[in-house]
Amino acid sequence: MTEFWYDLEPFLQQGTLGLVNGAFYALLALGLAVIFGMLNVINFAHGAQFMLGAVVAWMLLTYAGIGYWGALILSPLIVGLLGVAIERTMIARLYKLDHLYGLLLTFGLALIIEGVVRNQYGVSGLPYGVPQAFRMPPVDLGYMLMPAYRFWIVVVSITVCLATWYAIEKTKIGSYLRAAVERPQLVQAFGVNVPLMMTATYGAGVALAAFAGVLAAPIYSVHPAMGANFIIIVFAVVVIGGMGSIMGSVVAGYMLGMVEGFVRVWWPEASATVVFVIMAIVLLLRPAGLFGRK
Amino acid sequence: MPQSQRIGLTVMVALIAIGPFLFFPVFLMKVLCFALYASAFNLLLGYVGLLSFGHAAYFGMGSYLSAHAAKMWGFSPELAIITGGLTAMILGAVFGFLAIRRQGIYFAMITLALAQMVYFFCVQAPFTGGEDGIQAVPRGHLFGVLDLRSDFTLYWVVAAIVLACFLFLYRIVHSPFGQVLKAIRDNEPRATSLGYRTDSYKLIAFVLSTTISGIAGGTKAIVFQIATLTDVNWPMSGEAVLMTLLGGIGTMFGPAMGALVIVTMQNELAEFGAWVMVIQGVIFVACVLAFRRGIIGEAQVWLRRPL
Repeated sequence: MTEFWYDLEPFLQQGTLGLVNGAFYALLALGLAVIFGMLNVINFAHGAQFMLGAVVAWMLLTYAGIGYWGALILSPLIVGLLGVAIERTMIARLYKLDHLYGLLLTFGLALIIEGVVRNQYGVSGLPYGVPQAFRMPPVDLGYMLMPAYRFWIVVVSITVCLATWYAIEKTKIGSYLRAAVERPQLVQAFGVNVPLMMTATYGAGVALAAFAGVLAAPIYSVHPAMGANFIIIVFAVVVIGGMGSIMGSVVAGYMLGMVEGFVRVWWPEASATVVFVIMAIVLLLRPAGLFGRK
Repeated sequence: MPQSQRIGLTVMVALIAIGPFLFFPVFLMKVLCFALYASAFNLLLGYVGLLSFGHAAYFGMGSYLSAHAAKMWGFSPELAIITGGLTAMILGAVFGFLAIRRQGIYFAMITLALAQMVYFFCVQAPFTGGEDGIQAVPRGHLFGVLDLRSDFTLYWVVAAIVLACFLFLYRIVHSPFGQVLKAIRDNEPRATSLGYRTDSYKLIAFVLSTTISGIAGGTKAIVFQIATLTDVNWPMSGEAVLMTLLGGIGTMFGPAMGALVIVTMQNELAEFGAWVMVIQGVIFVACVLAFRRGIIGEAQVWLRRPL
């Protein structure tokens, strides 16, 4: 028995640590899926907005002395408002065109955001310490000791994903949203302000990315490329989960984070590519994604 | 070939012919390689309606394999470039087979993700030299006889390769096969109902596009004597998109025009570092919002003739 545990332990440990990455995949995939569902736009700038969330948190701390907890609320708010402005001035003009233009536009926005941050702060990382409240002994999970802050990330991420799912599936606003996804014109005819809902959805999705960025700031160094690295993996996650399904993207996010962890144990070099390999396999077997409908 | 395009081609050949007497040949060779890369990309986006966001994989692997073949296997430059093209062809066949299972935005995301997989592979694989890349690639002797160490000599070889591939692309687009591609672009269900196996057409177009991208990458590796991770990373995929968008999607000369503008801009603004990235982003946004036809596309409308 003990020997069995001895063999299994590294897998459990890495799988649990992988859950931390998975927490970010899930949060980002959630935002992407919500935006895509409502606006039919793949938000390529999602990674840049994630990075911007972390940078704004760093700026709040450095220039205004506002700490982690303040940033966790303020940074998503600021970046989310930027998202609202972007949707109103640019994305809203593209709804009648081919969906590919939305992708091209947001790709351009991602380049602008990343380029500006790079000019301002260079390519090296900006330090952002783990908040005071988490400078305590690691959490004992029985098979491993998990740093308190990482534990917090997983808990918050699951909470936020569940709350978003609840808001979309079980509340009145959520039902409007789902209705508007299916039949925007009809919902508009019922007197619901659909363009406003689209703006709000984009703002909320962007705020979610920024929120993930603030969460990430203390464990990854804050640097301009941090979003680009994440977002392409999240694209693969979303293809695996099935874009139509919000829950599917979230579940796929956690799952793939853990799979990366497992793979890191027995073949560390492959952990960077395993998500893409799984995507290829899913495309062969279930082109619509694990939870998607064609 | 309609008269307008014949004039366009004549202007292009004339510019290529007088170029090296006015400008630095290495700069012009860079323009030519990127013009070919963007034109190959445009075969998919402009004539099949498929947005591939992962063409860096084929450009980059073409670049790596050509560099490796020339340096480690001692291949002559033409064989090295063919090796690069064949590599991109095989890779394109595998990735294309996977990617054409989904359409539209998904196709873009899948090609991007697959290309990123290639990037991570290149970061780790020993033969690519990691962050250093493959350096000091010999230019060698064309067909074992013509010494290519002189930039001026090499320029004519590169011009010949690029022009030949460009004319090949022209032939594809204006062949019956190309007509079917355009039908798929405009209305895929209709093309299917007319009895065309659209998936096979898309896959063949994809492989043709990746092969030529690989040739462009391989030629670039021989010109600059280096193959690096930059060639295979996602911003390189974005460049093909940007050049095509700026020049004019679905026009014959647009991508080459876009490549000329973008490479010139990169050269002029190189000292401003990351501002190049910002400007490229601004061009993207401006083109999508207000200039969707692109330079050559606008010229087409103005002249009322295809270019």
